[in-house]
Amino acid sequence: MPWSLSRLGDAALVLAFEERIDPAVNSCVVRTAAAIRESSCAGVRDVVGSYAAVTVHFDPLRTDVDGLADRVERIAGEVASAPDVPVAPPRTVEIPVCYGGTLGPDLAAVARFGGCSPATVVARHAAPTYRVYMLGFLPGFAYLATVDPTIAAPRRDAPRLRVPAGSVGIAGGQTGVYPLEAPGGWQLVGRTPRRVYDPDRTEPFLLQAGDAVRFVPIGEADYRAQVAQVEEASP
Amino acid sequence: MELGPERSREAGIGGAAGGFAIRSPGLLTTVQDGGRYGRQHLGVPVAGPMDAVSYRVANAAVGNSPSSAALEVTLVGPEIEFRQAARFAVSGAAFPLQLAGASIPSDAPALAAAGQRLTFGQRRRGARAYLAVAGGVAVPAVLGSRATHLGSRTGGLDGRALRAGDLLPIGTAGRMEPLPRRFRSPLALPDGGARVRVVLGPHDAHFEPRVVDSFLTTRYFVTPQSDRMGYRLRGALLPRRTDGHLLSTATPFGAVQVPPGGEPIVLMADRQTAGGYPRIGTVITADLPLVGQLAPGDWIEFEACDQATALRALVRLERALLALERDG
Repeated sequence: MPWSLSRLGDAALVLAFEERIDPAVNSCVVRTAAAIRESSCAGVRDVVGSYAAVTVHFDPLRTDVDGLADRVERIAGEVASAPDVPVAPPRTVEIPVCYGGTLGPDLAAVARFGGCSPATVVARHAAPTYRVYMLGFLPGFAYLATVDPTIAAPRRDAPRLRVPAGSVGIAGGQTGVYPLEAPGGWQLVGRTPRRVYDPDRTEPFLLQAGDAVRFVPIGEADYRAQVAQVEEASP
Repeated sequence: MELGPERSREAGIGGAAGGFAIRSPGLLTTVQDGGRYGRQHLGVPVAGPMDAVSYRVANAAVGNSPSSAALEVTLVGPEIEFRQAARFAVSGAAFPLQLAGASIPSDAPALAAAGQRLTFGQRRRGARAYLAVAGGVAVPAVLGSRATHLGSRTGGLDGRALRAGDLLPIGTAGRMEPLPRRFRSPLALPDGGARVRVVLGPHDAHFEPRVVDSFLTTRYFVTPQSDRMGYRLRGALLPRRTDGHLLSTATPFGAVQVPPGGEPIVLMADRQTAGGYPRIGTVITADLPLVGQLAPGDWIEFEACDQATALRALVRLERALLALERDG
């Protein structure tokens, strides 16, 4: 797996792999990022994996940049030549979703995009096991791919000012769950009662890069019951 | 919201007999500390002060550690009522300050008695001031930091800007050693605009050389659509060479990104952790505080510099800050 290392401003290094959405490329990202994080280099503030790159944010006053660059290159070399073994036991996280209705206001629009019925959109969205490629946008917001191309509707022309927490959206080949109420342009097909982010929980983040995710369709009564349960567990 | 409002409210009332109260909040006043590092890979934005130099000067002037939580005041200052005796200092944007009706200087420690009010007059220069209190603003830390991130409603007081009636607790101050009377901030406040240095790249391939020239020779203006997340600039458009798709990557403080319309945006303290627009350059760390002191309508010009120059500028600034923290 080829890579290139470059500076980004005066306080970051970027290790770029091949620019494509690919589980093998992203696996290198996840493993390299974890190894850099574990090696706890002086001055490093954050090691951020994305689809095909690892960015190392550092404090320029406390970092030997050349030393850090050497270390990052060495780790990348080790990872690229090692067998693709996940850093953690692979996890599959199931996320229950109530599709359509007021909880998924764009389900009909996605069905129109796909020239299919809303039920088919649900079946196609819930069929794959997705990969968490990266987190970003909001705390705990996981970018999942790849959505079935027949239902990979682009973002809405006019973003919504308020997308409720738990909303499940599609944006082209990506899908994801809004961890918080926020403005957003993704096509909302449903909502989950699970909290993907809760700062008061021992483990605030449900998902991490490299995880596998499956969406499990549930009915509205089940959704309401699970919402009540979640609220009771974490008021 | 599920961000623990109950907990934060308790913290506010916990110091019912002490702390300080917000009589009027000003335009946008938030609690900030050194920033929420360590979880950007989980999508958690850094936040923190827009002008890290003035923030540190304010903390130094009350004898706090450099990353104690303080208030960031924006364009229009708040009115504060102290509910306990407290040592405080204001640094950054120039506001006429009054404590209990008497003028007091910026960049200098002052003592407030319980019941006294601090008011900010009309802003004269700069955009953001920092109010530090000895002991720090003791809101609870969320994910390791007290910094307010408005977009995700994290940290600070319920993750939001302060409002009239809010009560904020003050932490336990260390020994009240005598402090110098005046702290000379190493930051020269911009007066109407600033020329700042950038390291060019990384998406050079997305911009024609003449577009990079245009970026470096244009006087841009900070638009009203600018906030803690980013400054939208008005000036020469920066057309991109291709509509080539760019996968999202991590975004540093000061990155200048160019959306399809060609109007550059400087990413600031509350930026998202990642973004997919091509970036033409990144403001160097030493010059970020200057950008943080720009107000809508102010101008900004960019000048290319290399890594060695960027580091030298930062080392010079840090030496001045360390000397200030040591000796005042």
